[in-house]
Amino acid sequence: MSAETARAVLGAEWTKLRSVPSTLWTLLPAFAVSVGIALSFGLVLRGAYDDLRPESKASFDPVGSGFNGLRLGMIALVVFGVLTVTSEYSSGTIRASLAAVPRRGLFYGGKLVTATAVAFLVSLVTVLITFGTAQAAIGSTHNASLTDEGVPRAICGAVLYMTLLSVFAMGVAAMVRSAAAALGVLVPLFFMLSEILNNIPGVRTVAQFLPDAAGGHVLRLVPREDTVLGPWTGLLVLSLWTAAAVAGGHVSMSRRDA
Amino acid sequence: MIEVENLSKRYGRTLAVDRLSFTVRPGRVTGFLGPNGAGKSSTMRMILDLDAPTSGRIRVNGGRYRDLRDPLRHVGSLLEAGSVHGGRRARDHLRWLARAGRIPESRVREVIELVGLQSVAGKRAKGFSLGMGQRLGIAAALLGDPGILVLDEPVNGLDPEGVRWIRGLMKSLAAEGRTVFVSSHLMSEMALTADHLVVIGRGRVLADLGMTEFIERNSRSHVRIRTPEPERMRDVLTAAGARVRQADDGFLEAFETDAARVGDLAAANGLTVHEVSTWSASLEEAFMRLTAEATEHRAGAER
Repeated sequence: MSAETARAVLGAEWTKLRSVPSTLWTLLPAFAVSVGIALSFGLVLRGAYDDLRPESKASFDPVGSGFNGLRLGMIALVVFGVLTVTSEYSSGTIRASLAAVPRRGLFYGGKLVTATAVAFLVSLVTVLITFGTAQAAIGSTHNASLTDEGVPRAICGAVLYMTLLSVFAMGVAAMVRSAAAALGVLVPLFFMLSEILNNIPGVRTVAQFLPDAAGGHVLRLVPREDTVLGPWTGLLVLSLWTAAAVAGGHVSMSRRDA
Repeated sequence: MIEVENLSKRYGRTLAVDRLSFTVRPGRVTGFLGPNGAGKSSTMRMILDLDAPTSGRIRVNGGRYRDLRDPLRHVGSLLEAGSVHGGRRARDHLRWLARAGRIPESRVREVIELVGLQSVAGKRAKGFSLGMGQRLGIAAALLGDPGILVLDEPVNGLDPEGVRWIRGLMKSLAAEGRTVFVSSHLMSEMALTADHLVVIGRGRVLADLGMTEFIERNSRSHVRIRTPEPERMRDVLTAAGARVRQADDGFLEAFETDAARVGDLAAANGLTVHEVSTWSASLEEAFMRLTAEATEHRAGAER
């Protein structure tokens, strides 16, 4: 594969992505929800901090609390990841795409790289503004600042967490080829199942390894005590999930008829 | 040139394409004719490497489609089901294709003008009529100025003016030395555009021959005769070896003979004749007969 071919594929995918606004609009809630929740949650904390019990004060995590909204906002990034892939199938564009770029791996790679770059940028902006908004809302007495220990890690980790979940969604979408099927699996998993399972003590030993739960540790400054995973090991687990989904998508892309 | 060799495709338990072999040559329009469900679209998808053959192989300009360097510059295609995202503007659809195929952006405007979509090029495709969508698909096929065109039912949805336009376009593309492979389920459409015919039914080649040859071989004509003495005329014709039947409108219809012979026989026997004319069976009927025979034969063989 020449560099020119790779440039052509990336250019085509970027043109595709830009030219369907409905897909790009799905990214807006990622930002709006994350920042909105950070703001309201932060303001509530500012008012309620003094009434907290001493043990809650001791374990108060301004970064983790401020990033609570990301767990909701990332659903939009998951939807974006899914739609980027499945719209090829629902619209029939896949036939034109593969006629133009018949090497499946090249096409799939080009699509994923382009969409991942967009997801990364949106995550970066969202995380930074979410952090800033949350800390401003919490107020200077109890908040965290960029230079505090662990904060740069939490911010970088949060960007990677959101981006990886979006890529995971792209891989799953490439396997099932339908938005309904992909979102039918991913949204309940991330929204409810993972949360519920991780609150059942016995099940938690296994459920902590679910993609969003494992990756979520990096969002916190103060680690949870009921897990064997740390911020980076958790992110590694999420990376493995993502690699598996992308590989599964690649197999489906290469082997199945378009 | 497209060479299809012993091609088969199975979808689950259905054998959609069954040991198909034929060659599509440059410089002429090759019609790919068959009833709906005969395997035309499947074959075209396999030519473009969209579907993998169960067995057999296809060579496009001597190699596999996926190994072509810049495939859009070699093969332009229009597939039946459509391949345009409704949320995308027509111009943007051509633009990303141009990027992917490493085709100069200036070509986008050229093909838009060529297919007459200037006025809607900035509109999103979901508002397009079937005919406009077809024109956009043809613009996409022509984008890379390819030597081979694979068109699945291109006249579908076009208005009469559009149909005439696409016929002329296909002929002129073939006259320029390009390979034009076009499918249809309508014999009448093929009769007007194709120079060569590949007829398939139930996934198998039923005929692979020149259009003129097909017409000569398959058009059965008969002579219609109006006469005040039908009984005597029938006897004379039958004695001369023709097959005669009485039509509902009072005419006699004579098969396996021709108008000149009918005239001679009438004169020799002193018969009064008011009208003698030759009627040709339509090619559509010939095509139906051909595919119906194949279907019956296959259905019998399978059981």
